[in-house]
Amino acid sequence: MNTQVIIDTAKAMVAGNKGLLAMDESNPTCNKRFAALGIPQNEETRRAYREMIVDTPGLGESISGAILFDETIRQQKKDGTPIVKAIIDAGIIPGIKVDMGAKDMAGHPGEKITEGLDGLRDRLIGYYEMGARFAKWRAVITLGDVIPSRGCIEANAHALARYASLCQEAGLAPIVEPEVLMDGKHSLDRCFKVTEEVLHTVFNQLYKQGVILEGMILKPNMVLPGLSCPEQESLDDVADKTVNCLMRAVPAAVPGIAFLSGGQSAELASARLNAMNVRFKSRLPWALAFSFARAIQQPALEIWQGKEINVPKAQHVLYHRAKCNQAARRGEYNEED
Amino acid sequence: MIWMAHWPKANRQLILKPNMVLPGLSCPEQESVDEVADATVNCLMQAVPAAVPGIAFLSGGQSAELASARLNAMNVRFKSRLPWALAFSFARAIQQPALEIWQGKVINVPKAQQALYHRAKCNQAARRGEYNASIETT
Repeated sequence: MNTQVIIDTAKAMVAGNKGLLAMDESNPTCNKRFAALGIPQNEETRRAYREMIVDTPGLGESISGAILFDETIRQQKKDGTPIVKAIIDAGIIPGIKVDMGAKDMAGHPGEKITEGLDGLRDRLIGYYEMGARFAKWRAVITLGDVIPSRGCIEANAHALARYASLCQEAGLAPIVEPEVLMDGKHSLDRCFKVTEEVLHTVFNQLYKQGVILEGMILKPNMVLPGLSCPEQESLDDVADKTVNCLMRAVPAAVPGIAFLSGGQSAELASARLNAMNVRFKSRLPWALAFSFARAIQQPALEIWQGKEINVPKAQHVLYHRAKCNQAARRGEYNEED
Repeated sequence: MIWMAHWPKANRQLILKPNMVLPGLSCPEQESVDEVADATVNCLMQAVPAAVPGIAFLSGGQSAELASARLNAMNVRFKSRLPWALAFSFARAIQQPALEIWQGKVINVPKAQQALYHRAKCNQAARRGEYNASIETT
């Protein structure tokens, strides 16, 4: 294991006010997004869509890394160029989602445990050979009246740490993603408490399992009120709570925090990231960056609609949203943009 | 930490007082001031949340000069990049020289106080990263 290379990768992932583009939707998820817009759901449309994304002119100005799905990392552009090569040529680091999904957890109704550790060491070696330099694993924590349970939090934290340790052994920088879902009617304070508990548990496991904190990126949820909570706090309240929570739980040795966007609209995700950087950027030990999927892709997907003629317009919108989030990292995002 | 003033109180209600990361007193290998500073700050970065406003080191069995020099090296090398202040909470490293001068005699009080004042000032300089051996002789 070359520790310095992994540390350099993690640093590069949050350098230059750039962020990560999550384009690692599993086939069922990607198909679901396509179906909602009447786009055919097959391997070729998924390939064409991902080619459209990675060919966006200037994407590397604001995107440092792209997270791919297993199908995509093996695909080529129409002209035969491997997708991975196109990404590297754009100045973007290729990454790979390696978990096998969040499955129902036995004995824990309503809760999920992420699978994918079996055989992971060999899969990581394969992905490294294909050009991936970082990886992602997502754990899902659901909020309800009597959940999450300690059992669910601990099992997911343990799996995240095992994954992260295997990544570093293979020369890949791990993105550690514990997502507290925003579905539900819970309050902002409830989300704060659960997120804090989850992060403490995750970092405790990362420590126990010897993960090099300097060589990883944390991908947490923002601290938000539930989507169906009647009280929806202001941007500044969300920014304060989120940063406050992270300050209590994330060691200074971690180089960067790249938020997931979850079910937030593109504009709201940018505005909230912006508010955090406006208020706190100069005083934090880690970079506050983004690792957005829907919040970068969705507007472009809606324009693309599976048609080649719409590619330039869709790329223009994708470029714009990526740029907006880069501005949010500098604390210079303006909703009028 | 004025900038934390508007945050919930719970975040700024404690100061951590840890040891520095040091070789054992009777370890044959005694690392340099800079090596001790690096190892200490690295260790704290792994474990201390950014919400803690300050870290005030204990001096333990260190000499007064060595405790100041090590605190100074940490602030010289890392001060601008850390989320918490690196300060001191010294007993022997501030008191010992004064105690040795005082010797329980009223006549020695001014000199002892001068030595105490000097050591406190030295450690303030170490917080700024401006402590050096020449301060000791002035």
